[in-house]
Amino acid sequence: MKSTREINSLHDQYKASLRKEKRWVHFFQLLIFITFFTLWEAFSRMEWIDPLIFSSPYKVWSLFLEKVMDGTLLSHLSITVFETLLGFLIGTLLGTGLAAILWWSSLLSKILDPYLVILNAMPKVALGPILIVALGPNMTSIVAMGAIISIIITTIVVYTSFREVDPNYLKVLQTFGASRLQMFKEAILPASFPTIISTLKVNVGLSWVGVIVGEFLVSEKGLGYMIIYGFQVFNFNLVLLSLLIIAVFATIMYQLVELLERKLIKNN
Amino acid sequence: MGFLTINNIHHTFFTEKTSTTALENISLDIEEGEFISFLGPSGCGKTTLLSIIAGLFYPTSGNILLENKPIHGDTGFSIGYMLQQDYLFPWKTIEENIMLGLKLLQKDDAVSRTQALKLLGDVGLSGVEKQFPRQLSGGMRQRAALARTLAVDPKILLLDEPFSALDYQTKLKLEDLVSDTLKAFGKTAVLVTHDIGESIAMSDRVYLFTAKPGRIHKTFTIPAELRSLSPFEARNHPLYPELFQTIWKELESLEIHPGN
Ligand SMILES: Nc1ncnc2c1ncn2[C@@H]1O[C@H](COP(=O)(O)OP(=O)(O)OP(=O)(O)O)[C@@H](O)[C@H]1O
Ligand SMILES: [Mg+2]
Repeated sequence: MKSTREINSLHDQYKASLRKEKRWVHFFQLLIFITFFTLWEAFSRMEWIDPLIFSSPYKVWSLFLEKVMDGTLLSHLSITVFETLLGFLIGTLLGTGLAAILWWSSLLSKILDPYLVILNAMPKVALGPILIVALGPNMTSIVAMGAIISIIITTIVVYTSFREVDPNYLKVLQTFGASRLQMFKEAILPASFPTIISTLKVNVGLSWVGVIVGEFLVSEKGLGYMIIYGFQVFNFNLVLLSLLIIAVFATIMYQLVELLERKLIKNN
Repeated sequence: MGFLTINNIHHTFFTEKTSTTALENISLDIEEGEFISFLGPSGCGKTTLLSIIAGLFYPTSGNILLENKPIHGDTGFSIGYMLQQDYLFPWKTIEENIMLGLKLLQKDDAVSRTQALKLLGDVGLSGVEKQFPRQLSGGMRQRAALARTLAVDPKILLLDEPFSALDYQTKLKLEDLVSDTLKAFGKTAVLVTHDIGESIAMSDRVYLFTAKPGRIHKTFTIPAELRSLSPFEARNHPLYPELFQTIWKELESLEIHPGN
């Protein structure tokens, strides 16, 4: 037997080795980041890559400052973020709601099954032009794009998880005289939270795709518009600036979902 | 007329390709406060019969009366059904799990909460209210499941092999605990088991089932000497091995001449 002191000191060593590893991981992450931007800047200045197409970090940064100063960046950004959030929420909620309805009526789920497969296989962005004609070239159709792209896949994934809940939990509830609504609330939904959260993570990415494509088509405002405009006037500084900003904000949204995950799933 | 009357139950399961008759001609009477065991080979329909008694589904024919009222369609009464595993909800604390039945029956007032928590103490689990099921051992979880079942004060308790997933020592202890608790509350209980010893030690009467289709083959009444003892003591009584042999031989003869 080892004494408590020895065990404590071993534990300290273990913790120190964990910290050390973490420092190295961070170091290399930072190294990759700096190397990437340095090489990008250097290659662009030495014209090893075409600066007109690939721009350079310095030019993107100057453009960023300029756009922040005149306030246009913020207005484009806030519009896109708003549309994405809305599309994401609508897509996820409608998808989950649809899954609940399918769970409720097994007959309906059997009837709708082939249609779900077809709708899922269909590339949703191809519906863009129809949406714009139907809803008008405005924010509504962009949000609809952001939502429609994730609804069906959410429905399918969440419904599958609803069905895979161990029926014995339902038996327990049934012996307490639970109604179907109570079974849904007490067993089906909480048991499916992990799946719902992982579809949220996928939906974050999907909504960005839907909204950016929507903004390409409507071509009025937003980061998607900035990209398509930059492309048309051959200003690739603008294109790359928009791309970088999208990357940053998509990551932030993803992190928020992970935060929600830790809040919601408290039992592990 | 007994407390629980099972009248001529037949049950057949239908699937697209097959129809399986799980139960045939099951009739029996249980008096209030009795402890009954269903013993039989795997697949003889014990779980099916228990689920029908629990009102989880209707039998193909026959009926079940509790205090002379048909149980199917009566939502007012609650049965306690303990499954082979505890099926505590992993995302609920032990306290929330125990209160689940009361919550669903809209009886979760302060009084029943105190009673439910006292029940947790009765099964030797005070102090774990705020913990999650995964933090408890298998035996503790099964005890928590017992408390959850008893919390709604059911008229009858159905136990489907509740000890089979536990190690031998824990199983013996839990047998005593369940037996004591049910006696203390004067509960009527039906236990499903594979274990001859368990059925002798715990119950007042043992129904031996045959398989394919499930029928009652024989009934054994446990002598009063054993009944008055706790399950653990009963296992050490001289009458116990004798009865064990009798039931064992009967089970063996079933395997040689199935369906007789
Ligand atoms: N949902 C179902 N659909 C079709 N057949 C079923 C169904 N449930 C049970 N059966 C069949 O009915 C028979 C009895 O099953 P049951 O589960 O009641 O047996 P059991 O006595 O509880 O067995 P074990 O001791 O293994 O738990 C078996 O032949 C089984 O295959
Ligand atoms: Mg069974």
